[in-house]
Amino acid sequence: MNPVTITIDGLAIPAQEGMTILQAAQANGLYIPNLCNHPDLDPAGLCRVCVVKIDDWKIAISCKQPVKEGMVVSTEDPEVQRVRKNTVELLVANHPMTCLTCERDGNCELQRVARYVGLEPTDLNRYRRSVRSLPMDRSNPFFEIDHAKCILCGICVRTCDEIQNINAIDFVKRGVASLIGTMGNKPIAESRCESCGECVVRCPTAALSPRHRVQPMREVKSICSYCGVGCGIRLGVRGDQIVGVQGDRENPVNGGSLCVKGRFGYHFINHPERLQKPLVRKDGELVEAEWDEALDLIAEKFSQHKGEQFAALASARITNEDNYLIQKFTRAVMGTNTIDHCARL
Amino acid sequence: MNAINTPADLGPMRDYCQAALGRQKVRFLVCAGTGCIAGGSMAVYQELQRLLSERDINVDVELLYEGKESDAGVGTSGCHGFCQMGPLVRVEPTGTFYTRVKAADVPDIITATLDENSEVERLLFKNPDGSRSVTEHDVPFYNRQQRIVLDKCGTINPEDIRDYFAVDGYQALAEILQHLSPMEVIDIVTASGLRGRGGAGFPAGRKWLGCHKAGGSPKYVVCNGDEGDPGAFMDRSVLEGNPLAVIEGMTIAAYSVGARYGYIYVRAEYPLAVVRLQKAIEQAKQYRLLGENIMGVDFDFDLYIFQGAGAFVCGESTALTLSIEGKRGMPRVAPRPRTTEVGLWDKPTLLNNVKTYAFIPDIIRRGADWFKSIGTESSSGTAVFALTGHIANSGLIEVPMGITLREIIYDIGGGIPHGGTFKAVQTGGPSGGCLPASLLDTPIDYDSLDEAGSIMGSGGMVIMDENTCMVDVARYFLQFTEEESCGQCVPCRLGTKQLLEILKDICKGKGRKADLDLLYELSHSVHGGSVCGLGQTAANPVLTTLRYFKDEYEAHIFEKRCPAKVCKDLISFRIDEEKCAGCTLCARACPVSAITGEKKQVHVIDQSICIQCGVCKEKCPTKFSAVECVSPKLVMEVA
Ligand SMILES: Cc1cc2nc3c(=O)[nH]c(=O)nc-3n(C[C@H](O)[C@H](O)[C@H](O)COP(=O)(O)O)c2cc1C
Ligand code: SF4
Ligand code: SF4
Ligand code: SF4
Repeated sequence: MNPVTITIDGLAIPAQEGMTILQAAQANGLYIPNLCNHPDLDPAGLCRVCVVKIDDWKIAISCKQPVKEGMVVSTEDPEVQRVRKNTVELLVANHPMTCLTCERDGNCELQRVARYVGLEPTDLNRYRRSVRSLPMDRSNPFFEIDHAKCILCGICVRTCDEIQNINAIDFVKRGVASLIGTMGNKPIAESRCESCGECVVRCPTAALSPRHRVQPMREVKSICSYCGVGCGIRLGVRGDQIVGVQGDRENPVNGGSLCVKGRFGYHFINHPERLQKPLVRKDGELVEAEWDEALDLIAEKFSQHKGEQFAALASARITNEDNYLIQKFTRAVMGTNTIDHCARL
Repeated sequence: MNAINTPADLGPMRDYCQAALGRQKVRFLVCAGTGCIAGGSMAVYQELQRLLSERDINVDVELLYEGKESDAGVGTSGCHGFCQMGPLVRVEPTGTFYTRVKAADVPDIITATLDENSEVERLLFKNPDGSRSVTEHDVPFYNRQQRIVLDKCGTINPEDIRDYFAVDGYQALAEILQHLSPMEVIDIVTASGLRGRGGAGFPAGRKWLGCHKAGGSPKYVVCNGDEGDPGAFMDRSVLEGNPLAVIEGMTIAAYSVGARYGYIYVRAEYPLAVVRLQKAIEQAKQYRLLGENIMGVDFDFDLYIFQGAGAFVCGESTALTLSIEGKRGMPRVAPRPRTTEVGLWDKPTLLNNVKTYAFIPDIIRRGADWFKSIGTESSSGTAVFALTGHIANSGLIEVPMGITLREIIYDIGGGIPHGGTFKAVQTGGPSGGCLPASLLDTPIDYDSLDEAGSIMGSGGMVIMDENTCMVDVARYFLQFTEEESCGQCVPCRLGTKQLLEILKDICKGKGRKADLDLLYELSHSVHGGSVCGLGQTAANPVLTTLRYFKDEYEAHIFEKRCPAKVCKDLISFRIDEEKCAGCTLCARACPVSAITGEKKQVHVIDQSICIQCGVCKEKCPTKFSAVECVSPKLVMEVA
């Protein structure tokens, strides 16, 4: 890729052929407001908030416009400012004003662009406000869809298509009636959605939001314990409870992606019925025991059997290395090839 | 003769068809355009058939082709354009032109034509001066027109390919297959100056060249017959009246750009056009004019019909190709490759409007210079308009580019009916603008209309008289675009909605001082920020009415007054005590019983009940004219 130099608001910045203006700006730490862009996805160019003027004549959207050597970009041209501000005003005029109780307050892309374009109450008062009153889709046990907060950026649709290849959701209806929905606009739980939540984490607003939303006090890096893939996760911890899971974007294994279990299936950790200690059957009753006692018992019992009397069932929830050891133990120590494991969770 | 096995077969085929039709002494052509059918033309057609067969004379067209003579025949034709005067019947070869024909008129027509060699006077078009016009050419509506694409609509039977052969059909294709290379054809189209008739006026030759040069196969030729503008029916009429001209034009295009397959995108609301196209395609296949080895030469082209579901936005080229692919019809976002390079199924695709293709056979046969000599320097040829609204002669017209709005409205359209005054003309449908009387001398071409703030568009032309509220007109068009926006981009989806809400408020007397600036500002942002032509032009009705009729906006906002007395929330009806004769007609007609008064006593409207329907004003006999409409609203007296 050939290096090129472009100018953004008078600042010469290095970029690479094939980059878009927005990518070049971001790579150089410059903020161009945008809503429907996401680094993991192909640019869509729908929100029109990232407009810039190029070479002093043409309005273009920076998320799709490729850079060219010597290109002069203005993000503060009066026409650009007007289009951008009016566009954000239109979105805000159609958005609920419930920020204080909204789960994305302070972490919302719409708030961010609104602050950037500098919305004044007087600007907003000029508009006819209207907020959609569509029922929320609460059919999914892990997340809910609030159409009133949706800005129709399409990030969720592209995520489900480009990243998950599932295509459970799409735009439904047309014009102002458009909404994010499933085939036949059925509740999402009745669609082919796998509840991976990839769309939820990318939604720039609280239109898609998890049902259990307790803010963590701190985060702990860990590895998902569900399967041998070993996705990197960040556990949200509050007190001694795990209150949420995020994919770890820095982890080379999953790059931040998670499946439904890794992302939403953490409640077993603090569940009162979760086994914390081994149980040993004494006089027909299972009673708690210490690990040493339990392992001694197992060793004693194992040594009484060999060969075809023995079978082992391993688990997909342990690591490859552990599974290797179990089969080795089964074959070499217990003398049988009868070893299997639950191939799915 | 039932196939064209070499291009050279076409000459004899034409002669054969002409001869066959010539064997028929008289031919009654009943207009079977959608408008006339709705007016009852099929009953006229059946009655003609029935009575002629009773007379025991030969009426079967097939017999003509077997070399038999016939005294009279009946056929259907496509739309003549003068829909307002339909059902229309044309008698060949005299060209006698009957208007508003009913089945009951048929005996008179037959007697006059076959027995008396005369005309049925009462069915001839009546000119404003009282005289009667015998043929179409004598009718002012027609004699200022110059018909090229509409020429054969109304004179040939669109369901019989032999009629098309008789009027030089397929001569152009035969000519190029014998003598011209694809590049030579493209050169002719370029030299003709033909610009796309779908609205934007992109030079056709340049588009063809782009597709010709594009690498990739197979290539496609697509015809845009979506025609979603409210009130427009030009493309429908061409598809119904002369479908083979479009098919021949597309075949020539396919030869020129190297396309193997073609699609005609027609909205499903045009069932008659679909049927006629199906028949035309079938017949063209039978005659070796579609399919493999067309006219026996090494050139294959297959054509399919795709029925659109009626979204206006699917007329946009990239949304249209996505729609054919079975996807959601949403315009692709720029920067993007051209459709000529990456179009249908991501292959090079030539996409033109119905009329653009329909011009092609004539341009090839008569030459680029002939076409270029019509119209203006930058816009050659003719333009087709659907003339509607407050106009004496509404219908479909074809005029040379460069003709002024005044000539169209007064000479062809016959002016404003009922002694009304002209107020504005709207061209270009929802993407166009409203032009005032001061611009009546604007010539009709792409550039002049653009300069005036409107557009040529695909050809709607709505005439409005003084009883039209321009704020209400802007509201009407915004309502349309708001509903038809695909919704993917914010400025269009929410901008049209916001503009509409503001306009609705102004019409209700709830306009605010800041609204004028906001309308202006938002209009520019919706224009500058939207993805496709729909959003980019959606504010044109607002901008032009603001530009030319700002005083009306101001009257609504500041005086709560609707000067045209249209906006219901700003008007009241009142009975003049001096004039009311107490005839009780109004009171009996009022749907909400808002009027009280004894017989022969002055009547009174209770303003708290009145719904401003205006029925009382209509009912009040002209000799009294006691009901008047006032704006602003009457202040209600509080008891
Ligand atoms: C919202 C929208 C609707 C359109 N509808 C039509 C249509 O109904 N028919 C048409 O021919 N072109 C329509 N167009 C224009 C097409 O995009 C395209 O420019 C045209 O079909 C190209 O053909 P031409 O070069 O022969 O004009 C529309 C464009 C937009 C933006
Ligand atoms: S949760 Fe996953 S599968 Fe379901 S809609 Fe979102 S991205 Fe698609
Ligand atoms: S739900 Fe969220 S991600 Fe999806 S379109 Fe709406 S705002 Fe965008
Ligand atoms: S301008 Fe309107 S119709 Fe065009 S892409 Fe945007 S939302 Fe869709």
